[in-house]
Amino acid sequence: MLAAVGSLAVLGATLGTLLGIAARYLRVDENPLEAEIEALLPGSQCGQCGYAGCKQAASALVSGEAKPTMCPPGGRETAAAIAAKLGVTVDLSGAEEMEPEIAFINEDICIGCMRCFQECTTDAIVGAPKQMHTVIGEVCHGCGKCVEVCPTEAVEMRPVPVTLASWHWHKPVSRMVH
Amino acid sequence: MQEILLLLIGTALVNNVVLVKFLGLCPFMGTSNKVDTAIGMGMATTFVMTLSSVLAWGIETFLLVPLDLAFLRTITFILVIAAVVQFTEMVVRKISPALYQTLGVYLPLITTNCAILGVALLNVQEGHTFVQSLLYGFGSAAGFTLILVIFAGLRERVALAEVPAAFEGAPIGFIVAGLLSLAFMGFAGISAK
Amino acid sequence: MKLFRVRGGVHPDYRKELSSEKATVPFPLPQRLYMPLQQHIGAPAEPVVQVGERVLKGQMIARSTGAVSAPVHAPTSGIVVDIGNHTAPHPSGLPQRTIVIEPDGKDEWAPLPAPVADHLSLTPADIAKRVAEAGIVGLGGATFPSAVKLDLRSRCRLDILLVNGAECEPYLTCDDRLMREHADEVMDGVRIMAYALEVQTVLIAIEDNKPQALAAMTKAAATLDGDIRVIGVPVRYPMGSERHLTLALTGRETPARKLTADIGVVVHNVATARAVSQAIRAGRPLISRLVTVSGSAVAEPKNIEVPLGTHVSELIAFCGGLTEEPRRIISGGPMMGQPLPSTAVPVIKGTSGILALTEAETNERPAQPCIRCGTCVSVCPCGLVPVEMAAFIRKENLEGAQASGVLDCVSCGSCSYVCPSHIPLVHYFNYAKGRINALERDKRKRDLVKRLVEARAERMEKIAKAKREALAAKKAAAEAAKAAKAAAEAAAKAAEGEQPAAAASEDKASA
Repeated sequence: MLAAVGSLAVLGATLGTLLGIAARYLRVDENPLEAEIEALLPGSQCGQCGYAGCKQAASALVSGEAKPTMCPPGGRETAAAIAAKLGVTVDLSGAEEMEPEIAFINEDICIGCMRCFQECTTDAIVGAPKQMHTVIGEVCHGCGKCVEVCPTEAVEMRPVPVTLASWHWHKPVSRMVH
Repeated sequence: MQEILLLLIGTALVNNVVLVKFLGLCPFMGTSNKVDTAIGMGMATTFVMTLSSVLAWGIETFLLVPLDLAFLRTITFILVIAAVVQFTEMVVRKISPALYQTLGVYLPLITTNCAILGVALLNVQEGHTFVQSLLYGFGSAAGFTLILVIFAGLRERVALAEVPAAFEGAPIGFIVAGLLSLAFMGFAGISAK
Repeated sequence: MKLFRVRGGVHPDYRKELSSEKATVPFPLPQRLYMPLQQHIGAPAEPVVQVGERVLKGQMIARSTGAVSAPVHAPTSGIVVDIGNHTAPHPSGLPQRTIVIEPDGKDEWAPLPAPVADHLSLTPADIAKRVAEAGIVGLGGATFPSAVKLDLRSRCRLDILLVNGAECEPYLTCDDRLMREHADEVMDGVRIMAYALEVQTVLIAIEDNKPQALAAMTKAAATLDGDIRVIGVPVRYPMGSERHLTLALTGRETPARKLTADIGVVVHNVATARAVSQAIRAGRPLISRLVTVSGSAVAEPKNIEVPLGTHVSELIAFCGGLTEEPRRIISGGPMMGQPLPSTAVPVIKGTSGILALTEAETNERPAQPCIRCGTCVSVCPCGLVPVEMAAFIRKENLEGAQASGVLDCVSCGSCSYVCPSHIPLVHYFNYAKGRINALERDKRKRDLVKRLVEARAERMEKIAKAKREALAAKKAAAEAAKAAKAAAEAAAKAAEGEQPAAAASEDKASA
């Protein structure tokens, strides 16, 4: 009886101690996965996901608080990449692909107040006080912050126009004939 | 030398732990979706199985037999395996956080992998020596890894095919595993034992 | 000459007899000319004329922009009536910027660059410059600016000029007729290009199903000295693909994502050679081209010398109109050509053929499940595995498709042609290539956005820091001023205090 209890106790204590020592030497401070996930996100700090910035969103993704489909500007590709990195499966068939949009300033309504200019995180808006403002389409990533602050509602989001350069063939419909 | 080779081939192919003994099916199904994950899992299991086999042999020889505590075999073996798995978890987390995240819950589940306990108990049953236990553990793990990687490759291909909706995922995986098992029965003809 | 074996390929029914035995006819003046600003690979041209301006035949109406670009010239004299968006001859039906000219019927030439009798009097760089100014692009269909190709002599070590007279696509016979009727002009262009590229060997490849063209070109080549050989190549689609033609004739395989120039061979089409000859000898810019109008739905298929910018509808009307409603109207050949959205689109520099195909000729069938027969693998001339790539693409696994080499696919269509289940394989690959390129563009844009966000954050930080420092400096200055003032007051008080004290001490002293 004593031998049984004793041997188990000794075994447990030894293994426990060894594990404790190993834990000290194999400590991992910060989760480097977070940095890798952050690199996958667009990095424009737009806040559409509800988190303060892409770094906070990455933490939430790694801890499992947020789903991989939480980044609207990232689109399907970002969701798939994040899911692959985290090793989770994500059902993308139901996820609606948000049409990429860019901002457009209606020149008839714009009063040149510079508020959108100050909000824009990528300097996509050019303008000066009391001068006409306009959006550089190639640089705008569609976060929508400018729309919220415009006092005259001169800014609206429009889908990115398809040009001859960006058009490509659609996927053939796989209609199985059995 | 020949004996060693025979032992290894016997445990890895002829008496394959997954396809012939049908042990360790949970991680077999769970981590065989991609070849990279399968390789990672296989290596982790090899490490755990080899180390546990040796430690289990040691516990049996120097603790349980002298003190006549054979009834404690299962619980002490599990204790050792759990500790080794914990250690392995720490190592994997340090070396590759991505693999750690990918394996997810299957890494601590190696503890409950019946293949590892099975191999450790079989060592006792067969009365293996230290070297034999080591080779038996390593051979079984090598067989496990081999089958896991082959199966992952097969599943990656099956994922590209038009599988009926009811069979997608695990069901078609089990059917493929069954066919693979049938194929490996061919090795039974060259069994040494 | 020893030819090398090219893998894969198919033997479609060529149906060239519909248009091959009739002489080419010139097209009478069209009603309107629509000249898109981008008829070539590279940056679009910029207009140099305005609406309402009168232009002459051969006058430059748009100049090239950037290193890879080409100018556009007026095909006839007339008035510019519009510079705006018109439907492009592209399957998407999207508009593109086009200069519209209304011919005045006079067909008056603009002053052209001086004709050059002896091309050896020009340097290769001069020749390339004149070719560039003439707006010549690859007339085989690729429309790559020819001058840039001629300039490759400075970047790569070249030893062979390969002239492509293969014309492997069914129905098309424009290159065949060109070689039969203008072999001398083509050969002259070849001579000029060989000189401009500084190569010693010239190989002219013509498929064996064009015996008259082979005879005519061999006869013309005999008049030139140097290593010029006219070679008949086996009839096989896609023998006309530049990579495969190079392999067949030289045994050199072009590495993936590289040019044939990287292995010492430059390939030019026979029509391009003729255009070069006209540009140098007569100073003529590229304003017209030979087009094959064919297909069972066309009443009188023939080859026509068409002014660029002519609407396809006018071409078809010139050929007797349509005998029945075509299933499809295609620009180019049936294997690799692009379906046109309508006939209200212009003929451009890259239009080698206009085909109006009937229902029977298109043979469209619904797709059935893949039976993994592997025929597509045996016919792929690029050595790819279409069955595997299509499986990846069907499951939207674009990385897998890319790893299988979908970006190396030349979209020749051989796999779709042979598939017994009528699976539109090449459609899958075009889709995948388009998506992968779109994703690349998105990624580049995201990187740009990231950089801009970081730059802006840095700038804001700098401004804030400068503000803080300015404020601190102001505060410090205010403090210093206050301190100085206080010190001055104290000094004054001290001085005052001293004086009465001094006065007092003086009084005391005097007292």
